[in-house]
Amino acid sequence: MSSREVILGRVRANQPAPLPLPEVPGFDRPLASPLAAFTAALTRMGGTIVEAPSTGSLDQFIRARFPQARVICSATPEVAGTRAIETVRDPAELEDVDVGVVRAAFGVAETGSVGLSECELVVNALGFLSQHLVVLLDPRTIVPDLHHAYRERGFFEARYAVLMTGPSATADIEGVLVRGAQGMRTLTVIAAPLAAPATRAVDTRSPA
Amino acid sequence: MTPRSVMSIKRVDHAEASSHFIDAKDHAEFHDKRLWDLRKKRDAESEELPEWQELRVLASGIKEHALTHLGNYLEQFERNATANGMVVHWARDAAEHNQIVLDILAAHEATILVKSKSMLTDECEMRPFLENRGIEIIETDLGERIQQLDGEPPSHIVVPAVHKLRSDVAEVFSRTIGTDPKNDDVPYLAESQRMHTRPYYLKAQAGMTGANFAIAETGSFVVCTNEGNADLGANIPKLHIASIGIEKVIPKIEHLGVFVRMLSRSALGSPITQITSHFRAPRPGTEMHVVLVDNGRSERLGMADFWYSLKCIRCGACMNTCPVYRRSGGLSYGATYSGPIGVIIDPTFNLRKYSALPFASTLNGSCTSVCPVKINIHEQIYKWRQIIAERHQLPMVKREAMRITGKILASPRLYRAAVEAAAAGIDKLPRFMIYNPFNAWGRQREVPASPASTFRQWYLKNRGAQK
Repeated sequence: MSSREVILGRVRANQPAPLPLPEVPGFDRPLASPLAAFTAALTRMGGTIVEAPSTGSLDQFIRARFPQARVICSATPEVAGTRAIETVRDPAELEDVDVGVVRAAFGVAETGSVGLSECELVVNALGFLSQHLVVLLDPRTIVPDLHHAYRERGFFEARYAVLMTGPSATADIEGVLVRGAQGMRTLTVIAAPLAAPATRAVDTRSPA
Repeated sequence: MTPRSVMSIKRVDHAEASSHFIDAKDHAEFHDKRLWDLRKKRDAESEELPEWQELRVLASGIKEHALTHLGNYLEQFERNATANGMVVHWARDAAEHNQIVLDILAAHEATILVKSKSMLTDECEMRPFLENRGIEIIETDLGERIQQLDGEPPSHIVVPAVHKLRSDVAEVFSRTIGTDPKNDDVPYLAESQRMHTRPYYLKAQAGMTGANFAIAETGSFVVCTNEGNADLGANIPKLHIASIGIEKVIPKIEHLGVFVRMLSRSALGSPITQITSHFRAPRPGTEMHVVLVDNGRSERLGMADFWYSLKCIRCGACMNTCPVYRRSGGLSYGATYSGPIGVIIDPTFNLRKYSALPFASTLNGSCTSVCPVKINIHEQIYKWRQIIAERHQLPMVKREAMRITGKILASPRLYRAAVEAAAAGIDKLPRFMIYNPFNAWGRQREVPASPASTFRQWYLKNRGAQK
């Protein structure tokens, strides 16, 4: 008998009398401003949120925020960056990325989370090897809470789906909170509606 | 190959181990405060959600349904995970789990493994098994890494090095990864571990995680971390192995709304872990293996009084609230699972070895009240005491003290005589007669001064006429 048969046999022999599955209700409450709630939650978890620039390109905006960055790698066509994600064959190549840029599929007001999958990340490791992560978020995609979030298609169809809430962190040593543990050191959300007029990415890659 | 834990059947003496812990006053005081702080953070979160108790009832109900239909949900999970492109393995026990993992690594010629936190792999004692066979394992969770480098097991399931002060970590790191022994600045230490571990993600041939939840509906599993280490380990190497206890299966994605809302609030007092990842299929050109592990879970499922312990989502809230755990430290329990949840599951691994643990409790019940899935922990602790007494597993001193006390309590005349004698004599007795092995209570406490008269004497004097 295979281990599978043995285990399933033991489980079925020992299962207590069946108990019914409860129905999960919604816990909706009036949410005056999803963006305000999202902002408060994200800030509490150590993330930052800024408005998209009214003038200039996103590339220029990001460069201004990270003047020391040499390698900017974007997974979204809205930002050119300095390295094209399409050329990446092995995730380890992203080891030297200073700033990773992605557009989230949705946000969650309750927790300040952004939802991403391989569709948004292109190379999953971009979200974790980048020293800093910039996440474009259309405020219209912010859902009220996790119950709503778990209706998103990504959880059913993507190979990999992640809810990121602020930068990586740890408090394993004496309970002292350290932001920027092993993943991204900072997480900056740019509130930028998708496909707003006149936001074609400007190619600002340096010649070399 | 017999697991080490079966070989060493010496009873874990929790009280003795705790006395060493308590002796280190700075450490003991910090430990108590730090964990109580987590309890307070958890309370703040729970008070913010009016639906908190309703969520607990739902979480408990979903788990109880899943466990009572576990056979079907396991098969559904396997079917969907396999259709997604994962390879699903089944392990009866710890030894088989370790062998399966070794075989997968060997098939991929993997010699370096980066690993995120998994209590199941600790339970199976996987690390020494693999290390003895040429696999280099890097624990990537900061707390687990500290403990690995120090040659100690984790002391808490969520914050593995909570019993250490920064000076201890500075000492361990200076000895093992070359940090400045005089620098115990916490960000410096964390940054040092980041820099030291990072190259391993890039050169490891395999990454390993546990799983907080396995969803039958989609054949996917969830890993909740704050550091980002699990996702680095899972998304860079071409091989991802996940060890999952069979009790982790839940029916549907929508149920994650309940569990993910409760997990980090209960564990750390934050609404969600910084990184909450959902793995449904391997990246193209890579492999994803799941090892479903029994190791006594199916047997526990058949224990009428104890199967509720399988609902556990490993949040650690019970440890944070437990006054005994906070003041004795997880290592005093001598087991992978410590604190209240450890007390009720460890005896199923080895009754004799862990027979003292159910007595490391005041039965105050706060563990039960904070448990997000409503496990009746303190009731199970009491039931274990009965079983241990019935199976003659009580140590002699406790047995004798219980026997004599039982006689006294059974006779009103003897009881009154004993109470009056104690009241009259206790202030006059030499210390050695009060503080001796039969008075466990007196070991770290002063016995309170006795009142002027016993209650009965007072009552008869003041109310006796009103009989």
